[in-house]
Amino acid sequence: MRHIVSVLVNNQPRVLARVASLFGQRNFNIESISVGESEEPGLSRMVIVTNGDARTMEQVTKQLNKLIDVIKVQDLSADAAVERELLLVKVGASPSSRGEIAGIIEPFRASIVDVGTHSLIVQVTGERSKLDAIIELLRPYGIKEMARTGVTALARGSKVKTPVHS
Amino acid sequence: MAPQMETMTSQLEETKKAEKEYTGSEILLRSLIEEGVEVIFGYPGGAVLPIYDSLYEGHVKHLLARHEQGAIHAADGYARATGKPGVVIATSGPGATNLVTGIATAMMDSVPLVCITGNVPQNLIGTDAFQEADITGITMPITKHNYLVRDVRDLPRIVKEAFTIATQGRPGPVLIDIPKDVSNAKATFHYPESVYIRGFQPNTDPHPLQVQKLHEAIAKAQRPVILAGGGVVSSGAADELVKLAETAQIPVTTTLMGIGGFPGTHPLWMGMPGMHGTYAANHALLECDLLIGIGARFDDRVTMGRIDKFATKAKIAHIDIDPAEIGKNVETFIPLVGDVKKVLEAVNENVPRSQSDDWIKQVDEWRRNFPLTYKPSADTLKPQWVIQHLHDSTGGDAIVTTDVGQHQMWVAQYYRFVRARSFLSSGGLGTMGFGFPAAIGAQLAYPDRTVIAVTGDGGFQMTAQELAVVALENIPVKVAVINNHCLGMVRQWQEVFYEERYSEVDLSGSPDFVKLAEAYGVKGWRAKTQEEAVRVWEEALRHPGPAVVDFWVTPDENVYPMVAPGAGLDEMLMGDEEN
Ligand SMILES: Cc1ncc(C[n+]2csc(CCOP(=O)(O)OP(=O)(O)O)c2C)c(N)n1
Repeated sequence: MRHIVSVLVNNQPRVLARVASLFGQRNFNIESISVGESEEPGLSRMVIVTNGDARTMEQVTKQLNKLIDVIKVQDLSADAAVERELLLVKVGASPSSRGEIAGIIEPFRASIVDVGTHSLIVQVTGERSKLDAIIELLRPYGIKEMARTGVTALARGSKVKTPVHS
Repeated sequence: MAPQMETMTSQLEETKKAEKEYTGSEILLRSLIEEGVEVIFGYPGGAVLPIYDSLYEGHVKHLLARHEQGAIHAADGYARATGKPGVVIATSGPGATNLVTGIATAMMDSVPLVCITGNVPQNLIGTDAFQEADITGITMPITKHNYLVRDVRDLPRIVKEAFTIATQGRPGPVLIDIPKDVSNAKATFHYPESVYIRGFQPNTDPHPLQVQKLHEAIAKAQRPVILAGGGVVSSGAADELVKLAETAQIPVTTTLMGIGGFPGTHPLWMGMPGMHGTYAANHALLECDLLIGIGARFDDRVTMGRIDKFATKAKIAHIDIDPAEIGKNVETFIPLVGDVKKVLEAVNENVPRSQSDDWIKQVDEWRRNFPLTYKPSADTLKPQWVIQHLHDSTGGDAIVTTDVGQHQMWVAQYYRFVRARSFLSSGGLGTMGFGFPAAIGAQLAYPDRTVIAVTGDGGFQMTAQELAVVALENIPVKVAVINNHCLGMVRQWQEVFYEERYSEVDLSGSPDFVKLAEAYGVKGWRAKTQEEAVRVWEEALRHPGPAVVDFWVTPDENVYPMVAPGAGLDEMLMGDEEN
């Protein structure tokens, strides 16, 4: 089963390597990983999308907690979470097809952020499935390059989640 | 001078004194002294020249090994024997990478070490500079934590953190990598009394509800078993374990790492479980209805990786300081996270007696009917007999270290340890070459105890260079080489699982170990018969200095019982018929 794990870490050199190395060492899978600042200075939040049964997820959480630079681990899949990813995709576009593309992406609240003579760049944010869908619709125009940020996520609601293990 | 002026100048002097600056290497050594470090094991080189220059002052004892692997295993042996963290220093690049096997060895067996490496100056890091190795990257998965010191002012805090992390919670190795410019840079020195490490808060006290659940399970159990591992030894809980076993009347099996954590002479002791475990221990694990794992991690040398066949009739209770161990390998019914000693103290407070009367009779019957056996021989030297003789001649009270292989298993089987921290062996990583240097560390910690390094003729050749150290320092370690002229354990597997296709296990070309010892100035003896063995071993024990005894044992002996990997514990090979 797919899980989104949110990991609060010390913003120290190599902390990403420590976490990534742990996943490799323990044979855990990483679908995506994104890192950025958190609400607290000195701490970063990593959002890792992984796969595993209950036993594996328990180990993911517990082994992460053993890292000294890990402050808190939450498995966001247990409760409702807001999950977003950003996609930039460069598609082939002649001046005549620009309008058509603009029409296709409109319902996705996507936007055209760069226009070249033979291509344009579409930017869209949303859940994974939405990004997958827009890629399929744009494919006929020719996808020249694309970049996805990987999922980032937060638990819904005002309650700050307590760590599963700490 | 007016009194006011006087206090002012003395205050000024105070601050001036407090602000005296030290180099990074002096700060490091002062920090080690603050930590109560008695001895450092190490080997110098370019990147640690400043540290060795500070060591020249002689404030801390340093033992010069002959290979960094020797140094770190010695630090490890010191740590295993005492429970105090071992300290090792190596230079950058090859010095640091020579530590890797020792770090992994300590990590697997949860041994507290603080490993200090030099590195190239920070402005050269990342340039493939001479003797540069990314040792913090290399050791990330085999240390509990590691540090690259970037600012000399961080050094005291980092050393304090390293000792805290190495020793608190589940012990393990911590590495501090110090670039040469940091060792040379100057700063004032204030050693922190304690440090708060936000991401490291081990939980040592057990949950009362789980203690109560364990009590209930014990009261109901008719066939309870305790599986005691290295956690019993490292938390110093041997007495508490005896009390629990006796009060609740539960038979005990000790894993390789748990040996000595429960007296080998105790009527409730069943021996070691698993691949080379006793019939009684393995059958008790198969039949039990309550299995209490204590500081043990249900390793595949115990479960044979066959969880589907392991303790299938039992509810499992698991006591461990490391929450990640609980549920890792086996499903756990009663999880008890905490320091083993503290948990056992809580459990012992009003632990009920189990209903084990018939069960204990059953276990006794297994022990009687299926003891460890081998075919004795008067005219040749049997390795099992040698180990029994080492036991008898020392009353089971020596510190015995081993390498890895058949001799290691025979020590585990035939030396009846009565004290914790007396059997020092690389259990998790299975590191050949560990035994002899580990014995050096143990002997330094306990100059008055008999310390025996039982090694294979293969393993001894991996770290024999440390003979120079025992000779020079007159460290009276007794090396017992169980010389079967081959890589015995590999030979055994090739005999049993590869149709006797003996591939690359013949150790022809090995040196004469007696002459090798003598070349270093260490006394050497050889024994080929029981009679010789008794005589020369007695002389070696009486000899006040280090000694090497080369026991020429029968080359084709196998370790039994044996469970094939992937087989269940019920499928024990008990040995050749004629054995
Ligand atoms: C460093 C290392 N290399 C290889 C092995 C694999 N290995 C395990 S036991 C063994 C044979 C050991 O032979 P010896 O030291 O003579 O001991 P014996 O089994 O004969 O008692 C080997 C090669 C190991 N455990 N460690």
